[in-house]
Order: sequence, then C-alpha cells, then structure tokens
Amino acid sequence: MTDAPSSAPLQRTPLYDLHRELGGKMVPFAGYEMPVQYPMGVLGEHLHTRGACGLFDVSHMGQIRLTAKPGQDLVGALESLVPGDIRGLKPGQMRYTQLTNDQGGILDDLMVTSTGDHLLLVVNAACKHEDLAHIRKGIENRVEIEPMFARGLLALQGPRAVDVLSRYAAQARAMVFMTGAFLRIDGVECYVTRSGYTGCDGYEIATPASSATHVARLLLSNAEVKPIGLGARDSLRLEAGLCLYGHDIDTTTTPIEAGLLWSVGKERRAQGGFPGAAVVQKQIAEGAPRRRVGLKPEGRTIAREGAEIVDGAGKVVGKVTSGGFGPSLNGPMAMGYVERAHAANGTKLALVVRGKPAAAEVVPMPFVKHTYFRG
Amino acid sequence: MLKFSKEHEWVRVEGDIGTVGITDYAQQQLGDVVFVEVPEVGRVVEKGGEIAVVESVKAASDIYAPVGGTVVEANAALSDSPGDVNADPMGKAWFFKLKIANKGELGELMDEAGYANYVKGLE
Repeated sequence: MTDAPSSAPLQRTPLYDLHRELGGKMVPFAGYEMPVQYPMGVLGEHLHTRGACGLFDVSHMGQIRLTAKPGQDLVGALESLVPGDIRGLKPGQMRYTQLTNDQGGILDDLMVTSTGDHLLLVVNAACKHEDLAHIRKGIENRVEIEPMFARGLLALQGPRAVDVLSRYAAQARAMVFMTGAFLRIDGVECYVTRSGYTGCDGYEIATPASSATHVARLLLSNAEVKPIGLGARDSLRLEAGLCLYGHDIDTTTTPIEAGLLWSVGKERRAQGGFPGAAVVQKQIAEGAPRRRVGLKPEGRTIAREGAEIVDGAGKVVGKVTSGGFGPSLNGPMAMGYVERAHAANGTKLALVVRGKPAAAEVVPMPFVKHTYFRG
Repeated sequence: MLKFSKEHEWVRVEGDIGTVGITDYAQQQLGDVVFVEVPEVGRVVEKGGEIAVVESVKAASDIYAPVGGTVVEANAALSDSPGDVNADPMGKAWFFKLKIANKGELGELMDEAGYANYVKGLE
C-alpha cells in the first residue's frame, strides 16, 4: 500500500467520524487517514465480504468529470492519453484503462464511465493531483476538466450487495458488471456503477460529500453489511488478481508487461495514438521482455512485496510486487514480474523469503474466481 | 516462574527449560495470524536474537529470544493452526522450548505486574 510520502497534514474523507465511531483503526494512506481494519479484523472482514457484503470507504480516490468544450471531440481527447477503447463506450458503460507516458509506462490506472454527456474518471488517491495536472496539460484546450475530489465514494461488495442496494434503488438489480447509472438512494442523487476491486459482484456509489455518511449509515443498517478496511481491500484484490498501482504497475511497467493487453482497445493496438504507443505496439508484436504472473507457493510461507523470484539454478529471474495470505484461498499467494522465458503457467520457480527459497509455481490469475454479474 | 520481555514475548520457566510464546497484547497488535515459522531443535540463540517468525494478514514480525539458550522443542502444531496464536497465545500457542544458558538473564525481564504496567504505558 502507498503511504503518504510527505509530512503534509493528513486529509480526511467525509466518512472519517463514522470510521472512528465504528472502531476503525486509522492509518495514513495516500495522504489520508483511512481505516485499515475495524474490530472484526482483516481476516473476518475479508471472509465477510466474500460471503455476504462489505462496505468500503474509497472516497480518497479521485473522481474527475470530463465534458467536451463546444465543437470538440471528448472521446478523441481522452484517447490521446489512454490506450483503452473509449470510442466504443456506449452511455452507461464503464471501462478499465491506464494513463501512459511516452515510454508506455503506466502513470496511473483508472476507470472511465460514459454518461452520454460526460466521461467520469476514477483514479488512484496517491496519483490524483498528478493525474489532474497531466490531463489538464494534455487536453484542457478541448475538454472541461472538473475534479470532484471532495465527493464520497463507497464500495458495496459481495454476493449480498445486490439485495441490499435493491432495497433502496430497485434498478440496481438489473445493472450488469461494468455499467453505471444515476440512482436515487433515500433521496440522495448518486452515480452507481456495478464494479469494484474485490473480484466479487458489487457496486461503487459516488455521492455528494455532504450525503456520504448518510448513505453509508443506511447501507450499514442492513444486518448483512459490515464495514471493511484497507487491509481486507488489499487481500481481496490480490486474490482477484487485480493490480495495485505503485506496486504491481508503475511508470516502469507497460500495460503489456502487466498482462493488461485485454484492456488495450483492438483498433487502438493497430492505430496507436496514445502516449508510448510505439513501445506498446512493439511489445504486442514481439512479446514483452517480462510479464506479470501469478505465483502460488507450495507451502505456507508467505512471500511479500520485494521478495526475489529465482529459477531452479538459483538465478534471480524476477521480483514479487504483491504477496500475502489469501483468506478465501486459505494459503499464500503472490504476483510479480518474471523474465519472459519463465512466465508460462506451470513454470516451477522459488520465492526467496528470509534468505531461503520457497517453491512456487506460475499460475493463472485470479487466485479466487471472479463472481461478477454479467446478466 | 513467568517472565516477559519488552518485545512482548513471555517465557515460562521450569527448571532450566523455558517455554516461549507471545503475549495477548502482541497478538492483538498483530491481528489475525496466518503463518508461524518455529526454529529447528538444536538451534543456539542469544538473548534478543531472532528465533521465529509470525505472519499476520498484514505483515511478518520477528520473534526474539527473551533469554539465550538451545532450542529443545518446537511447537509444530502451530504451522497447521496459526490461529491458535490469537485464540490462546499464553497456552496452546507456545512457540518453542529452550534450555536456558544463563538463568541470570531472567532477572532482566519483567514479571506479570511489571509487564502489565509496561503495556499500559504503550496504550
């Protein structure tokens, strides 16, 4: 997880008082005071989310609204910054993509949703101010760029999320994965997407800052909903094989090395037109020199971020970028980058933990099956 | 005799054998324990030396020997049920037993009341 790099005072989300009231253990994260866990504990919170429903405060993430200036092409402008197929987004559809630099490195990863009139971006908390400056520099002559960093963002995740949210907004049930809609929740106008960062079915709910606590309390009043901290958020996303910016992807990794080719639009692979397109296209054609892979240790030893990955001869062939214990997997798991020759599923490698190699195998991700609702 | 270290290990002494584990305060701070690495029998450790590892969902933490000695037994059951460290830290979840090299070192540790005070000072 990315801690605040500076000594600047920590910011608080609209839900800060509620976190304290719920017994959240507050830690610095990406410049914010955020709950790493509640009294239930990371293990319990993780399993509760997979089994029932968890509520996460992700208001620290950056919401940005883009609107075309008169006579300008909004989609074309954003596509000049990301490799994703934004042109193909119909109103109400959502897509995962990345902001890339001229070397094809990843400045941030983000979600883009089209409302028809606007594009709504959700970017990482630690990157949001730099992202905003980058987007302004690139496209502000063509696009109205409105940061909405004070807004609330709640994630309601898990198999019961659909039942819970449908009690307040019946339309939530019919929404499919990676779509969004304006829903009214107890009178509060929210923008809801059926998405998340856990591998579970669920929703992300954007609220006005002043109503975030009200909506959170309402959702928590349902017996099956428990508050979930950053600790379980991290173990859930790792089980789901999802990248954490600043760890699994950064400016030194390309979308192709990161195994995110699926998120690069088909036409865009051929046409380019985004920063670093030449590098990305070359890697698509020739293969990337290294690849992000899933790693399943054979024993119980946990290899964490930074652990070296070695081959049978003890030669270093890569590094773990995320590693931990998967509560639903009931065992250790890791992801990391390895040289291309070692990236095939089934390759036997070892992760060096406290100076000793722990046998591990390259495995496909996710570690725990996604349960998205696709209709 | 039951003694405590500032690093939140406990050692229960019977004769010249010390049984070592971590305290209730330590397990609370760690959170859910998911992996324990205990030392091999025969390993010689000095007071304060790294001797075991406990991993919670959040992080790995070293366990230090509260006194020096030679490991005579390790609690192998902990690798199958690391959750015992949270459930019964002072009982079932002992980590290892060692033959204490110098019982004089025990004098540098805290008794139960002293440790309780020490923990109060941390909260």
